[in-house]
Amino acid sequence: MILLQLFIVFFRIGFFCFGGGYAMLPLIYQGIQDFGFMGTEEFARLVALSQVTPGPIAVNAATYVGYQSAGVMGAVFATIGMSLPSIILVVLVMKFMMKFHENKGVKAVFSGIRPATIGLLASAIIFLAEGALFKSGGFTVVMLQAPAEYFNLIPILFCVVAAFLNGKFKMGPIKIMLIAGVAGAFLIR
Amino acid sequence: MKTLWTLFRVFFTIGLLTFGGGLAMVPAIRRQAKEQGWMTEEEMLDCIAICQSLPGMIAPNICTYIGNRVKGVPGAIAATLGIVLPAFLSILIILMFLGHIEDNPYVKGAFVGVQSASVGLILMTVYQMSRNIMKNWLSWVLAAVSFVLVVVLGVNAILSIILCGFVGWLSWYACRKEGKK
Repeated sequence: MILLQLFIVFFRIGFFCFGGGYAMLPLIYQGIQDFGFMGTEEFARLVALSQVTPGPIAVNAATYVGYQSAGVMGAVFATIGMSLPSIILVVLVMKFMMKFHENKGVKAVFSGIRPATIGLLASAIIFLAEGALFKSGGFTVVMLQAPAEYFNLIPILFCVVAAFLNGKFKMGPIKIMLIAGVAGAFLIR
Repeated sequence: MKTLWTLFRVFFTIGLLTFGGGLAMVPAIRRQAKEQGWMTEEEMLDCIAICQSLPGMIAPNICTYIGNRVKGVPGAIAATLGIVLPAFLSILIILMFLGHIEDNPYVKGAFVGVQSASVGLILMTVYQMSRNIMKNWLSWVLAAVSFVLVVVLGVNAILSIILCGFVGWLSWYACRKEGKK
């Protein structure tokens, strides 16, 4: 019974929550209150663990909650519940969009959306850089007074080298991230 | 069958190396989409915009989109399974065998290392994509507006997508009217 419950809780979150993993975390916190086993402290661990483990944060969280409440099968049901809405929704929307594929008005809409998406990608740079390349909390006076404390120098070096390897030597992103992970384990403290 | 395996393998690898949100995997996906001939640059951007605007996790949404585009529903399942499995397995292995690795300095270092490299990679992706996509002044304005809306004003990304889509439609509609006169 708990397996079905886990499936439903995460399916609901996956189906109705906009904005990706970080936006989902508060809903996951609310959703698991019914299971009544996870306090704020454990949830904080869930968030920390989800961030340092690979893959989508919400999947990490679903697997965590599922395993802690009902073992491996719980993890399987929660994870499937979390992922299924993506498959259903995107396939349906793509089917619907195919009908308007050649419509000139729809094409015009996307010609406006494409630059917006580039702007959005650029904003992901800021969000990812915050915390990794420099201390989070926005630009403050600290930055001017003590730049060495504000900027994390080795991660910035990683960022520059990654961009250089990709741009200049056409090295693939997967290879670069792999190297950065291994090098980071030993060089970044 | 071979295509399904490729979809699974590619997204499994990307899933293993992606930390910190769906957009962090865009550089790797873009490279693969180009190498495997899955989709054009324009379609890649449409895919990101659509997947960002739908409910659900952004990374699995993007995987489903590409999988479905390449090989229908089986492709969508193979790709999504590929991105989800590393996340699932890593949490399971940690909870079953490893314990508190989130405090481990090596793990933290690897995490920050990959995230820092991702910043550089997205930077290059934005640069390369904008050279192909930004063809007139309006597109630069729209990109700047959506960046400012999201970063400075904290507006929801979906709203900025809708707004810019509307502006795109409006400029087309205005041009068409003018053409008729």
